[in-house]
Amino acid sequence: MNHPSEEQLIAYHDGDAANRSEIAAHLKDCGNCRTELERIEALLHALSDFPVPDPGEDYERQVWQKLAPKLPEKRAPWWQMWLAPRHLIAAGALAAMVLGAFFLGRMTKGPSPATPMASVEQVRERILVVAVGDHLGKSEMMLVELANAEPRDAKNKLVDISAEQRRAGDLLEENRLYRQTAMQQGDAGLASVLDELERVLVDVAHSPGEITNAQLESIQKRIEARGLLFKVRVVGRELKQRQEKSQPAPQKKSVAGERNKA
Amino acid sequence: MNESVESLRQTDAIAVERVLAGDRDAYRALVERHSRNVHRLAYRLTGNAHDAEDVVQEAFLRAYQKLQQFEARANFGTWVYRIAANYAIDRLRQRQKEEARRNQPEERNPDGLEQDPLLQVRDEKPTPERLMQSTQLRREMQRALSKLSDAERTAFVMRHWEGRGIEEIAGALQSNSSAAKNTVFRAVQKLRHALEPFLESRPQARVMGTEG
Repeated sequence: MNHPSEEQLIAYHDGDAANRSEIAAHLKDCGNCRTELERIEALLHALSDFPVPDPGEDYERQVWQKLAPKLPEKRAPWWQMWLAPRHLIAAGALAAMVLGAFFLGRMTKGPSPATPMASVEQVRERILVVAVGDHLGKSEMMLVELANAEPRDAKNKLVDISAEQRRAGDLLEENRLYRQTAMQQGDAGLASVLDELERVLVDVAHSPGEITNAQLESIQKRIEARGLLFKVRVVGRELKQRQEKSQPAPQKKSVAGERNKA
Repeated sequence: MNESVESLRQTDAIAVERVLAGDRDAYRALVERHSRNVHRLAYRLTGNAHDAEDVVQEAFLRAYQKLQQFEARANFGTWVYRIAANYAIDRLRQRQKEEARRNQPEERNPDGLEQDPLLQVRDEKPTPERLMQSTQLRREMQRALSKLSDAERTAFVMRHWEGRGIEEIAGALQSNSSAAKNTVFRAVQKLRHALEPFLESRPQARVMGTEG
């Protein structure tokens, strides 16, 4: 081929040349073109040393802290929340429990003079109790594992919390739905515990999969400072007890009412 | 595409989905994952830390506001990068227009350098390292870069400093790949004319004060 143009040599250097093999063959035989290419390389190499100051180790967090207050809330409609692909499992579980409760009620209960509205409320509450009790049990296990994770001694070693991180991500989705449901049902006590749990789940889910000992200790301190594990354990067990005792007893006080009162 | 890049994109996609479902905090993961890349681009395009920081903030704010319109959710990094590039270009153009209106000839430095955002490093402290880097060659580089058009500077920064592909550069410049390739070439050609005489007077290319 003829001598490649300056444009072709620059494209060749950048890996953008269409006729790369032809230019490479020409360069083998042509000293002038090799010299030209070396000059292009020298220029771009010199320019590549143009410095960008390091914004600092904590830069990412600083960007977020400055940005966060400017971000408006994005409120999705409730039905969209439930229909989001990652929420469908929780939605499906709740739907299965509703159907289960309905058929169980039809099979076990004879004709009853109890008011239909009261039964609907009790069924709803039982569903919440069962689902949230199970959710809190899983959350408790994750928190216990995280709280007891052993920081490694060597300074530069990282602790792998990727398994906990994945579980926290899954739990976070469910947690948000249960918290909203609890709030809608006026169960402020449960909503409050779920809200606290959600903050920790957000932290864990958004942590890197491998964290330093210092970061692990920071997460453990947050769990400890809020007494979160204790609260989750207490509320979880309370819900399980309620679930076990749960019988269609119209005179029984509402779980939500009792907890709110407490 | 390697596994870690694919994994990163999937994680991004999940975070985007959560933000769209109302979880504002999920945006933090996206910001923390991509802010350093965006900052590097912003600094290289604007030439100073103050403007770079504005570009970073505005890019992530715009990305958040437009997230509903974002189709290719797995490519959030590329998307916010492009928003940053576009905003930086707009900002450079706006500044050049304003300064062209405002500046009188007598206010200009003999070499006109005060108009160049690359030279407005007002927030940089004169550390020994920076003083060492402030060699004549660096100044020549700044001068040469400042003389590129906005499109040429963007194309050069994205191709040679950021290693971005021609298609992506074409997207940022809102042109086609052939035009983007030509813009990269023009930028390199101008830089060669401006800097080669200086480079040739040195024994090696790495003589800009950074070779240690």
